[in-house]
Amino acid sequence: MQIPEQVDVVVVGAGPGGSRAAREAASLGLKTVVFEKRQEVGAPVRCGEGLGEAWMRINDIKLDRSWAKQEMHGAVVYSPSGKKIVIPTENKGWIIDRKVFDKQMAIDAGRAGARIFVKSTVYEVIKEGDIVKGVRVRTPYGSFDVEAKVVIAADGVESQTARSAGINTVNNAHEVDSGFQYEMVNIKFEHPDMIHLYFGNEIAPRGYVWIFPKGDDIANVGIGIIGQHEKTAKEFLDAFIEGHPEMFGEAAIVEMNGGCIPVGAPLSKPYMSGLMVIGDAAHMVNPIHGGGMGTSMEAGIIAARTAKKAIDAGDVSEKFLKQFYDEWMEKRGKQLLQVLKVRRFFEKLSDSDLEKLADMVTPELLLDIADGRKAKTFIKIISKAPKIAMLAAKELL
Amino acid sequence: MIKVDREKCIYCGGCVSVCPVNALTLLETRIDCDAKKCINCGICERFCPVGAIKVIKGGENADS
Ligand SMILES: Cc1cc2nc3c(=O)[nH]c(=O)nc-3n(C[C@H](O)[C@H](O)[C@H](O)COP(=O)(O)OP(=O)(O)OC[C@H]3O[C@@H](n4cnc5c(N)ncnc54)[C@H](O)[C@@H]3O)c2cc1C
Ligand code: SF4
Ligand code: SF4
Repeated sequence: MQIPEQVDVVVVGAGPGGSRAAREAASLGLKTVVFEKRQEVGAPVRCGEGLGEAWMRINDIKLDRSWAKQEMHGAVVYSPSGKKIVIPTENKGWIIDRKVFDKQMAIDAGRAGARIFVKSTVYEVIKEGDIVKGVRVRTPYGSFDVEAKVVIAADGVESQTARSAGINTVNNAHEVDSGFQYEMVNIKFEHPDMIHLYFGNEIAPRGYVWIFPKGDDIANVGIGIIGQHEKTAKEFLDAFIEGHPEMFGEAAIVEMNGGCIPVGAPLSKPYMSGLMVIGDAAHMVNPIHGGGMGTSMEAGIIAARTAKKAIDAGDVSEKFLKQFYDEWMEKRGKQLLQVLKVRRFFEKLSDSDLEKLADMVTPELLLDIADGRKAKTFIKIISKAPKIAMLAAKELL
Repeated sequence: MIKVDREKCIYCGGCVSVCPVNALTLLETRIDCDAKKCINCGICERFCPVGAIKVIKGGENADS
C-alpha cells in the first residue's frame, strides 16, 4: 500500500467532521488523504446519536434509512420533581446509527476521491518554524512523513494533532461533561417518536439523562454530568435505571459506551499557518445539549473550502487561514457562545428554581432560549420571579 | 502515575482530553500513561465516566 509523500490536504480523523472535510476537499479537486487511527471507522461509538434534520440540509447529506433509525418529532422533558412537559416540534430529528453513518461519511469521502488509511495514527505534525508542513504517521505499512500544504485536525476530543503543533486543546475538566450510555432493548416507554430528557441535580448534576429511541422498544439511555464529580456518570445512570423499573424492568443491554463532551467555549484560535482544527478537537459543540456532529461537519466544509482558496492563492499563512475561523464564528461560533451563557445561567439555578421556570415559560420559548435566542422575551416573562430574572439579565444579556 | 482497570475502561478517550500535561494516549482499547509526565493531579480519575482510573503515587506505568 503506497502512502502518498506529498498531498494538498491531510485530514486527521475520520469522524463526521474529518470525513465531511475530506469529501469537500476532494470534490474541490484537492489531493486529499485521511488518516484514521481506528481499524474500524465509527466504532466504538461515543454519542447519543441524535441529529436534527436541519444539519443534513446544512451539510448536504442525503438521508439514508441504513443509518437513520427513528424519526423524532419533539421532546419530553421531565423536571426534577417528575413534572412532564411534552414539546412537539415542527423540526424533525433522527436517532441514527453512528457505526453506519460514520462509515458512510467515509465512503462518501472516498468516492469523492479522498484516499483513506485506517489503523493509521498521526503522532506529530511536521513544523518548519511556526508553519505546519505535514504529519508523521504510523501505519500498518510502516511509519511515514507526509507533506501537506494544509492539515485539517479533526481528531476529536483527544486532539493530539493540534497539541503537537503548539495549540493548547486541553479541556478544562469542569468545562466538559462526563458521558455514559447504554443501548437497551425491550424498554417500555411512551412517545417513541420523541427524545426524553430528565433534569435535576440529584439525577444528573449539571447535565441530564436522555432516552433517545431507536425504535419502539429500543433506545440509547445515557447521561452527561459535570466532568469532575466524586460519583461517576455510570453510577448516576445505573441509579436512574434502577429507579424506573416500569421502563427498564425487562430491558436488556446490547451496548455500552461513553465519552467526554466539550461543553465550554470553542477554541479561540483553532488555526495557525498550515493548520485548521475542527469539530470536537476545537471544542465546537453545543454547550447545552452536547450535540457536535452537525457543527463538526459544518466546520469541516468551511475548513476545506478555505484550504482550497489558500492553496489556489499560494498562501497558507495564519493570516489567510483566519478566514476559516471568521466564517465559522459568523455562521455558528457566536451562537454557541450565547448558548454557553445560557448554560452558565441554568447551572446556577436550584431544582426549585427550575420548577418555577417550568411553570412560567412555554416549551417553545424554552427551546428558543436553549438555542441562544429570545433572551429579552424570556427575562420579561420570568419577571414574576425577580431573583431568577435578575440572574438571567446578568448572565444572558 | 495512574492505573487503568481494563475490565472497566470503555476506551472513550475522555481522560486523554482533560489531562493537563498530555501524559495520556489512547490506541484502540488501551490507555497509556507516560510516568515521566504525570503529575498525579487526579483530574482523569474524577473525570472517568466508569471509575476505571486510580492515581497511584510513585507507581510504575501499569494498566493491570
Ligand atoms: C456520551 C456522548 C453523547 C453524545 N451525544 C451526541 C448526540 O446525540 N448528538 C450529537 O450531535 N453529538 C453528540 N455527541 C458529540 C459527538 O459525538 C461529537 O461531537 C462528534 O463525534 C464530533 O465529531 P468529530 O468528527 O469532531 O470527532 P470524532 O467523531 O470524535 O472523530 C475523531 C476521529 O479521529 C480519530 N483520531 C483521533 N486521534 C487520531 C490520530 N492521532 N490520528 C488519526 N486519527 C485520530 C478518532 O479515532 C476518531 O475516529 C456526544 C458525545 C458523547 C461523548
Ligand atoms: S476516561 Fe476512563 S473509560 Fe475513558 S478511556 Fe480513560 S480510563 Fe478508559
Ligand atoms: S493524574 Fe493528572 S497528570 Fe496524571 S494522567 Fe491523570 S490527569 Fe494526567
